[in-house]
Amino acid sequence: MSIMGTRVVRNEDPVFLSRGATYTDDLTDDRLTGALHLTLVRSPLAHARITSVDVEEARQAPGVVAVLTGADIDLAPAKLFPMAADGMVRHWLATDKVRFVGEPVAAVLTEQPYQGQDAADLVEIDYDPLPAVVDLRAAASDEVLLFDEAGTNTSNGFGLDEEFDEHLFDDCAVVVTQEIVNQRLAACPLETRAASAVWGEDERFTLWASTQNAHMARDEVAGWLGVDASAVHLITPDVGGGFGAKIGADPEFALVCWLARHTGRPVRWNETRSENMTGMLQGRAQLQTVTIGGNRDGDVLAYRIDVLADAGAYPRIGILLPMFTRMMAPAVYDIPKVESRARVVVTTTTSTGAYRGAGRPEATAAIERAMDLFAAEIGKDPADVRRRNLIAPDKFPFTTKGGAVYDSGEYAKALDAVLEAAGYAELRAEQARRREQGGPIQLGIGVSVFVEITGGGAFAEDASVEVHPDGTVTVLTGTSPHGQGHATAWAMLASEHLGIPVEKITVKHGDTDLIPSGVGTMGSRSLQTGGVAVYQAAGELVALAKQRAADLLEASVDDLEVADGAVGVRGTESAVTLAQLAEREPLRVDSNFDSGAPSFPFGAHLAVVEVDVESGKAVVDRIVTIDDAGPVLNPLLAHGQRHGGIAQGIAQALLEEVVYDADGNPLTATFADYAFPSAAELPSFTLVEMETPTHLNPLGVKGVGEAGTIGATPAVQSAVVDAVSHLGVRHIDMPTSPLRVWTAINAAAGSAK
Amino acid sequence: MTTKIEMTVNGEAASADVEPRLLLAHYLRDVLGLKATNIGCDTTSCGACTVLLDGESVKSCTVLAVQADQQSVTTMEGLSPDPEQLHPVPAAFRAEHGLQCGFCTPGMVMAAVSLLAENPKPTEQEVREGLEGNLCRCTGYHNIVRAVLVASGQSAEKVHDDDTEKAPSGGLAAAPGFSVGDETGGSGS
Amino acid sequence: MIPVGFEYARPDSVDGALALLAEHGEDATVLAGGHSLLPVMKLRLAAPELIIDIGRLTELSHIDVDGDEVVIGAGARHRAVESSELLAAECPLLPAVARTVGDPQVRHRGTIGGSLAHADPASDLPAAVLAIGGSVVLRGPQGTRTVPITEFYTGMFSTVKEPNELITEIRVPRTGGAGWAYEKFVRRANDWAIVGVAVVDNRVGLVNMCATPLRATATEEALAAGASIADAAALAAEGTDPSEDLTATREYRRHLARVLTERALTTANA
Repeated sequence: MSIMGTRVVRNEDPVFLSRGATYTDDLTDDRLTGALHLTLVRSPLAHARITSVDVEEARQAPGVVAVLTGADIDLAPAKLFPMAADGMVRHWLATDKVRFVGEPVAAVLTEQPYQGQDAADLVEIDYDPLPAVVDLRAAASDEVLLFDEAGTNTSNGFGLDEEFDEHLFDDCAVVVTQEIVNQRLAACPLETRAASAVWGEDERFTLWASTQNAHMARDEVAGWLGVDASAVHLITPDVGGGFGAKIGADPEFALVCWLARHTGRPVRWNETRSENMTGMLQGRAQLQTVTIGGNRDGDVLAYRIDVLADAGAYPRIGILLPMFTRMMAPAVYDIPKVESRARVVVTTTTSTGAYRGAGRPEATAAIERAMDLFAAEIGKDPADVRRRNLIAPDKFPFTTKGGAVYDSGEYAKALDAVLEAAGYAELRAEQARRREQGGPIQLGIGVSVFVEITGGGAFAEDASVEVHPDGTVTVLTGTSPHGQGHATAWAMLASEHLGIPVEKITVKHGDTDLIPSGVGTMGSRSLQTGGVAVYQAAGELVALAKQRAADLLEASVDDLEVADGAVGVRGTESAVTLAQLAEREPLRVDSNFDSGAPSFPFGAHLAVVEVDVESGKAVVDRIVTIDDAGPVLNPLLAHGQRHGGIAQGIAQALLEEVVYDADGNPLTATFADYAFPSAAELPSFTLVEMETPTHLNPLGVKGVGEAGTIGATPAVQSAVVDAVSHLGVRHIDMPTSPLRVWTAINAAAGSAK
Repeated sequence: MTTKIEMTVNGEAASADVEPRLLLAHYLRDVLGLKATNIGCDTTSCGACTVLLDGESVKSCTVLAVQADQQSVTTMEGLSPDPEQLHPVPAAFRAEHGLQCGFCTPGMVMAAVSLLAENPKPTEQEVREGLEGNLCRCTGYHNIVRAVLVASGQSAEKVHDDDTEKAPSGGLAAAPGFSVGDETGGSGS
Repeated sequence: MIPVGFEYARPDSVDGALALLAEHGEDATVLAGGHSLLPVMKLRLAAPELIIDIGRLTELSHIDVDGDEVVIGAGARHRAVESSELLAAECPLLPAVARTVGDPQVRHRGTIGGSLAHADPASDLPAAVLAIGGSVVLRGPQGTRTVPITEFYTGMFSTVKEPNELITEIRVPRTGGAGWAYEKFVRRANDWAIVGVAVVDNRVGLVNMCATPLRATATEEALAAGASIADAAALAAEGTDPSEDLTATREYRRHLARVLTERALTTANA
């Protein structure tokens, strides 16, 4: 009986639901005995010169072992992401300047954690304020520079040297331009950032850190510390969510290591949520100008997107993402002419990084908005206009104007399935009825069709599978789950070949001494690389076992079959278990799978929204989704990933936004102020199934982790605008808060007079 | 200054001399070594620290250990001493995949236990509102709601995958605190 | 994240608490449910030297009928008010409003006395009690006094309660079958009200429209003079002084006050 595609509950859960998982701050490892606790003193100003730091009083506080400032940290500052412009370097503790509210300026080490907060309050720092740089256009003007050495606020760009063609839209009877804000978001994993380190007598750092990529983080930290990678042993405990913001290492990890070596004692660091809301990488933050043109029949002939993206103060992985926005700009549409360009600028705000979707939600949200505006301009149904322009199913693999090669797709099928499942015609009829009645609660329907790139940038992954003499199995994986359930999914993949039950299979990840190499978990890559590697390794182990069993059982390999953890001669009682084989000789296979290319899952979402036109409040009534990522390994896990993505997608459309005032002060830096939804803000979700395989790996699987954010956000934004389009509203930026919706209704009413 | 406190935690007597400012959450985690209860925020918003205090759910980050003197505390560890024999509420979470990274889970489970003690057969909307003090970033709440309905002995299919007639959560009309002024003798929540 | 250190006392009576307050004056703060005070202390925006814990005093947790009033001990938790059958029968606006405060965990701890004493203009209960028209009973070294709720609030986070006094009871009239409603406009269920409107017997209490909770007197007078609900509600923002923040402009708040007042009055009079 194949286990593939079946609903298997998680191996992780008995522990997670009884004594709880073990996150970095929970660790009680012997190596951390006697650890000091690190409390960071952080800048309250967005942009300022540091004129003095006085730590004397803090040093005298109870339990304080050391207080250090930038001058004390004997470690060269670093450009944290190689692609950034030269000169944009970050010190481990700020020395001459601070560039965002929350930048660490001093480090307090105490015996007990509570003492750290008390001592930190006693550190006195004098600042000489400088003008903040928050607006992206102001940043791009270079009027106030963050880094004198860089001489510019532009960190990098994509396509900046290419001139836009001023005739791009000449053959378009209809042209619409819209400026769109894809707003800054906070990742908000429930576990904040944490790292603990000890410097051993063997002159190696042991670093426990909450990260999505053990080896990448180890390499980054080693590089920053100026040591060989072999000098850092990184262990990933259980990780309480990442969503892209925990990709690789944060500079605080290097600081923790350095302090551990400097003091000769282990050091533990665990940030508060308020620190996290200014210290952790944030997502999105693009200002987009889109132009779409076509004919009155609904054919889109040209599309252009011009992006101004926010790097935050110190360029990190966020500066790479507009490349994906450009690549995915045309999305699911077969548009003859597409142009794009992106400039990334630094601002005196929190650095940006990857956040679920990482550059692709931005692309989809932009073109979906453009399609709606185009449809409204020509007076046609937005679903029909989309269908008309979708890439036909017989055109795959399809090389897009963005430079991507889409492996497989059934875009029209997805669109039609979602319209059918939602009852689109009935919804439009209900909308018409309500408009006629003129009551306060109006209905909006928003449709999105999307494609996204998964596994991009790192197509290979390692796995090893070993059967032990006691009949249990250990799988080593280079992936790094933080909620995705790899301990169950990879066990299923191994079990499929071995016939050994999932409960007897242990999956290990995230320890750089135990696992020689790995890329980690990000970009929805894990199943199509790491999972396939496990499947492949298990298959190779079975082949190896058969060869050994053939000798033992004096049979031909062709007469052997594997079932229930044993190799037997077909049609006879003659068999040997894998465990018995392992007793005679270690039974382990190390394998690597390289898919060679990214895959392109796709789907369609339909959101039904109710808007109270008197107050502007919008609520998602229903959302019906297709998120096609090929064959589903475990529907329980796949649905969970879709649910989480959909929730975050709805949240971007309706609720969440990181806001800075003109002085660079963060106004949404707590969970009380940042509109992170609870269960009461969300509906249940209707998931429709569709599986279109890829040819890129033997399982035909793509990645599903981020699809929800990519499809749901534009569908919901579109639905809110649609709900009030009869009042003359054409566009509302996200989040479509009650204030924004009310303002848009009034503006439309005002201009209608 | 320290104060002596005595409590029953997961059925066992515990006592310690603590600073008055020691949060109950830190008492449980750092003094008693019960690490399941997590701290996810600093504004009493996320509920990851939820435990039962004399049977009622409270956010242990906003209770001082000294306030809980002479009272009984139950954490998630106390529900299931044996991981192979989960208490019905966490068992339902497993069955319905109501957890992913697990960080919000201990608080979510304890909040669910308290919710069901006060409302044994909640509707979907009552579950969602009953958990408004517990934030989860991974699951989108869909399966958490299913888990609580299942734990209450009701069908998880009340969380519709099939019923396309009406918004299962009630749409705008059911949004907390909201009404359009056309109900009788009450408000919308 | 964690408060500045302090000393802690848990007296076993109201008089014991008053004695400590008299002794320590402004260095001491009273702790009841802790869900207004502790968050502020954890952010280190307040750092009292002594905390006087009255959270377990049973003499403050009663809910009883006394003549034509219901008497609620100041220490009654929101959960107790929310689930009180007595209040559901005698003054149903109050438990309905208590149900909207925070979330279930907050309601297991927070108290009605604490909420009124804290006097946050964005809080639900102060405006509800204002609409109901009750009174607050205070006890201090000089004895006991009863202050009508209309005179209780003096400004943002401030009331007539002296630092050496405690609220011991809240007294509300038995409103019987009078129509009531509570409209709480929020972005998320657990948020403070952007604007809230409490109505009972055509008295209208506004949440978050001023430094204190206040009555929509122009609306009430119009109703009393026979105006329609729509016309009366159009006056709901008169005399208010709403603030501006991320969720709302002043004009938007005024608009919401009018819309919500109309809805609440419609529900209450249905």
